Amino acid sequence: MIPALRRYARALARDADIADDLVQDTLVRALRSEKLFLGGDVRSWLYTILTNLNKNRRRSLARRPQFMPLLENNPDASGTEAEGRDIARALSTLVEEQRAVLLLVMLEGLSYREVADIQGVPIGTVMSRLARARAHVKASLEGERPALRRVK
Amino acid sequence: MTDRNIPVTEDELHAYVDNELPAERRSDVEAWLATHPDDAERVQSWRAMAEALHARYDSVVNEPVPKRLELERLVQQPRRWLYGAVAASLLAFAAGGGTGWLAHGAITASPSSFQMFTDDALDAHRLYVVEVRHPVEVPGNERAHLQAWLTKRCGWTVRAPELDATGLKLVGGRLLPGPTGPASFLMYESASGERFTVYTAKAATETTQMRFTTQDKNGAMFWADRGVGYVVSGTSDRERLAQVARLVYDQADKGEKSGG
Repeated sequence: MIPALRRYARALARDADIADDLVQDTLVRALRSEKLFLGGDVRSWLYTILTNLNKNRRRSLARRPQFMPLLENNPDASGTEAEGRDIARALSTLVEEQRAVLLLVMLEGLSYREVADIQGVPIGTVMSRLARARAHVKASLEGERPALRRVK
Repeated sequence: MTDRNIPVTEDELHAYVDNELPAERRSDVEAWLATHPDDAERVQSWRAMAEALHARYDSVVNEPVPKRLELERLVQQPRRWLYGAVAASLLAFAAGGGTGWLAHGAITASPSSFQMFTDDALDAHRLYVVEVRHPVEVPGNERAHLQAWLTKRCGWTVRAPELDATGLKLVGGRLLPGPTGPASFLMYESASGERFTVYTAKAATETTQMRFTTQDKNGAMFWADRGVGYVVSGTSDRERLAQVARLVYDQADKGEKSGG
């Protein structure tokens, strides 16, 4: 469970230390909450806490000027590294809710129902966020690699 | 039976890739994709996208968990029981190789003698809460005497917790035979006549997580803390019961335990 949470946090927050901060805060909050007596799916609940913590973090960041770390643009990088940066860069172009939905469904394998519960929205909203997220990421990935057939 | 002529929707394409599509529709979607290359290309790109995500991030799952995320470090005393259920399920999940989840009810740490302990407490609850004239032996307005008497007979410091914050006042208490010796039994009541009882006795287990059980219309939350078992009985409304149980626990925590 904790390794999967770390993966989700890493994809959501990009910076490894910030990601682990998020996981730590999530676990501490979970361990202190009374909700654990009410049963239900602990895994979904942990993802919910982490998703909300990241939302709060980004909101407070938006209020202050930030230096974004420059993405290394190393032309000598191996194919896999470059691809890794591509998908990370593509994720960063998404708005928060779309990124969360994409990662929860595609990376973490949660069901639409679970994601709807985590985000507190109807399943229809989850699906429209997913559709838009996939469209944006696809466009971003294809923009990076013009050798691929360009879809009009 | 699905009509192959019903056009496949955008939502269905996504559901198909995410295994959220009803089985009977799958072949319709596959037939559609065979004849709609643009949609097929998009579906393929989503699959490639998933592969890229896993290729980029799955390695995190295989990293050793950093020390600061170790549950033992995050769990603090003396709130051990409050962390117990989540910590137990997280640890069990890790030990189980990461498949499936333990439902709350499956978290077991206590032997069957603890089940009998709770049954005794619930029997007492049901027996006495229906009493109008003689629900208790010593009334709540003699709190100091009640506590002194029960402490003397039971052998650990018995304190009647203050449950005013949840709308409950102390009706009083009595002594009961417990599994291995005397048990203290306290009754509380709300303005609307809702009754809760707190049963404590020496328990065979040292310390356990809090558990919840129901019998007909009654619910009980029970735990052991340093060799004393506690059962808070009352409504089967779990949230309400948990609220009361937590207050009881918090105050027992602050009390002194004789011996241990």
